[in-house]
Amino acid sequence: MAALRQPRTGGLLVLAAIIAVLPFLLPNAYYFDVVILVGINALVVVGLNLLIGYAGQISLGHAGFFGLGAYASAVLPARFDIPPLAALVLGAIGVGLLAVVIGRPILRLKGHYLAVATLGMGLLIFMLLSNEQDLTGGPDGMAVQRLTILGYKLHGVHTWYWIVGGALLTGTWLALNLIDSPTGRALRALHDSEIAAQVNGVDVVRHKLTVFVISAVFASLAGSLSAHYSGFITPNSAGFLHSIELVTMVVLGGMGSTFGGIVGAAVLTALPQFLTVFHEYEHAALGLIMMVCMIYLRDGLLPSLRQRLHWRRS
Amino acid sequence: MTLLRVEEMSIEFGGVHAIEDLSFVIEPGAIHSIIGPNGAGKTTLFNLITGLYRASRGRIMFEDRDIGGQPPHRLARLGLSRTFQNLQIFFRMTAIENVMVGRHLHESRNVLAHLLRLPAVVRQNQRTSAKARELLDFVGLADDADVAAGAMPYGALKRLEIARALAVEPKMLLLDEPAAGCNPVETQEIDHLIQQIAKTGVTVVLVEHDMRLVMNVSTHILVLDAGRKLAEGSAAEVRANPAVIAAYLGAQGQRELARAQG
Amino acid sequence: MSEFLQFLFSGITIGAVYAMVALGFTIIYSASDVINFAQGEFVMLGGMCTVFLAAAGVPLPIAALLAIVITAGVGAALCKLAIEQARGASVVALIIITIGASVFLRGIAQVVFDKQLHRLPAFSGEQPILIGGATLLPQSLWVLGGAGVIVIALHRFFRRTLFGKAILAAAQNRQAARLVGININLVMLSSFALSAAIGALAGILVTPITLTSYDVGTMLALKGFAAAMLGGMGNPVGAIVGGLLVGVAEAMGAGYISSDYKDAAAFLIILAVLSFLPQGLLGARIRERV
Repeated sequence: MAALRQPRTGGLLVLAAIIAVLPFLLPNAYYFDVVILVGINALVVVGLNLLIGYAGQISLGHAGFFGLGAYASAVLPARFDIPPLAALVLGAIGVGLLAVVIGRPILRLKGHYLAVATLGMGLLIFMLLSNEQDLTGGPDGMAVQRLTILGYKLHGVHTWYWIVGGALLTGTWLALNLIDSPTGRALRALHDSEIAAQVNGVDVVRHKLTVFVISAVFASLAGSLSAHYSGFITPNSAGFLHSIELVTMVVLGGMGSTFGGIVGAAVLTALPQFLTVFHEYEHAALGLIMMVCMIYLRDGLLPSLRQRLHWRRS
Repeated sequence: MTLLRVEEMSIEFGGVHAIEDLSFVIEPGAIHSIIGPNGAGKTTLFNLITGLYRASRGRIMFEDRDIGGQPPHRLARLGLSRTFQNLQIFFRMTAIENVMVGRHLHESRNVLAHLLRLPAVVRQNQRTSAKARELLDFVGLADDADVAAGAMPYGALKRLEIARALAVEPKMLLLDEPAAGCNPVETQEIDHLIQQIAKTGVTVVLVEHDMRLVMNVSTHILVLDAGRKLAEGSAAEVRANPAVIAAYLGAQGQRELARAQG
Repeated sequence: MSEFLQFLFSGITIGAVYAMVALGFTIIYSASDVINFAQGEFVMLGGMCTVFLAAAGVPLPIAALLAIVITAGVGAALCKLAIEQARGASVVALIIITIGASVFLRGIAQVVFDKQLHRLPAFSGEQPILIGGATLLPQSLWVLGGAGVIVIALHRFFRRTLFGKAILAAAQNRQAARLVGININLVMLSSFALSAAIGALAGILVTPITLTSYDVGTMLALKGFAAAMLGGMGNPVGAIVGGLLVGVAEAMGAGYISSDYKDAAAFLIILAVLSFLPQGLLGARIRERV
């Protein structure tokens, strides 16, 4: 019983239950589509929350890693005859290595400087994907082969629902494991005081790099899944606005709350889909949510809600 | 073996000499205090010893090893730990988690194992948390283990920092004004705690303004003034040193001294 | 040689715009320690408001003046409704707030105006001036002149007026400024309005050359930030030098290397400065107090 009350086990069980029950409640393929998109974004957000919410390091360029993962899954099979599953893995490894190379210099930066450096990194990746037409098809994007596992082609929203659901559940499990480990404690510590963390033996640069790489690999894998699921990608998946959307999901759900981030991803992905009136104002609303959250709801949706419930009980 | 040896060390900030040509040694065991008026360079000296600042000249030897230019986390591994004058608490974590961070160097740092939560990690978490609980008990915060650090009173946070620093299992512990802002009762508790720590074999280096506390616990005192060494010796020697009384303690200091003595 | 001169002219022109954006960053940063990522949107608003007012029949000079006033109002509102409300927020929170403001203003502009590219007629004809085999657009002189006037006016404002001095004092030490009776909220409010007005003017002057649309702000903000950082954050002279350097580097990169990657120049500068010169060319060293 005590284990259930911990966010770790209890939360994971709730998430698993929701993923298991949801297919029986969704009326048609359109809803499956929306939920799959939620799952893909949530996977990125769970990783990004480790970086932003727990370690306190901002990134305004994570869509770049998402885009690189997506393009690895599109380009490697189409141009180099590499099997899609291998492309997905190679993409993740490549993005991880890239994150090490980029992260080493820029993670020494703080606050605004880190924000701008990551933003610049994202835009460079976006430029690369748009400009290298021979490889990527340029701004118009390119088609992506189907993902095959053991000769079996994966298609249909139901199949993809279980793939994305499984990936999200696994990703969340890994993230929660990390948080409740020496690495996770070191990350939360350096968020509050880098100096105190260092004095207690935490190699701050190495830990920032570790979490940057982990979050980048999460984004890359989600990008690959997204590319194979939708069958078509454009450089916009790596664009500035996508990066901002991802950060907003973290902020809206709650920085430093893994399940909050998933809620944030769900709200921000699903709202524009269901409120078509909303569509024209999508960017204005995105910006407004970011501002309002940071001014009035600094803990984010889920933690604020939890606090309010506690209040009422006592 | 000498524990810490500082040789002709200097550092300046924008042309101002914060520490100038300072040499001293700290022998293992017992309690060493560094005193001096505000701006004498005491905290700067701590920051130099723990690797937060880099000296512009001179050498720092820890156990006969040159540690100049080493980053703080390396120094922690060698056995240096400290607390801060203005608290550096992990406010978003609970009290016990704060202390658990101090165990970082005694834990396996295999990230892959952490991600997969291998059984070894679970067992290690249990060991770390048991040790942290022990230390919280040692500083008198056993009941606050699961309280968020952000919700704890100032005096408790002072002791929490000491527990965290002890979790590193340092050979030398630097305490930067542990009694600042504490009431007389709390100060007495800190006094008692420092002596307890010294008894476990940890060398304590203390920066403190509370003269009664300093004179009470110190076996050796170093007096700084404007970044230079003014005097050093036992509490009795420093108290009797005319240079200290005249140049540093001044009229107000003498009054404080009189109170401390009697 | 004429080719080089040509690239230099276009680099200095666009660099003057980056310098004005960088000045905007610098003014707000000095007064409030906030890096306002919506700075590029001020440039966009200046250009777009003028375009649409002019299209509605307002004479160009009046349209431009109105656009500056409107943008200054937006800047003041941003300070009052967002930055002031978020007192005590962390750096990350403030970044998200001003990025949010940037996305919000873009989104609003996309609805109020449209998603098309727009241009303004050049202020004094399109006949290029020939210098050493290279051509210079008369509008470039307007941009450079405008930047020059702003620099001189700002210099006078900060050195000669009490209010300018109050902003400088607040930049030096907020607590002390408050103690001597400086109204910090007013200083912040006016620094936002002033930055917005400068951004708007830059947007109006450059629109005849580079065109404008609802989404030009992000790139401008980034390049302006690169300029401000190159010159040393918070240093007005550095902001101008940095702006010109970024502009010239970009024009040379586009001319001699690849125009596909012209926007990359600013980021490479950012990354290089951050890695090798974290205080910028003219910045002061700061040490964290423990």
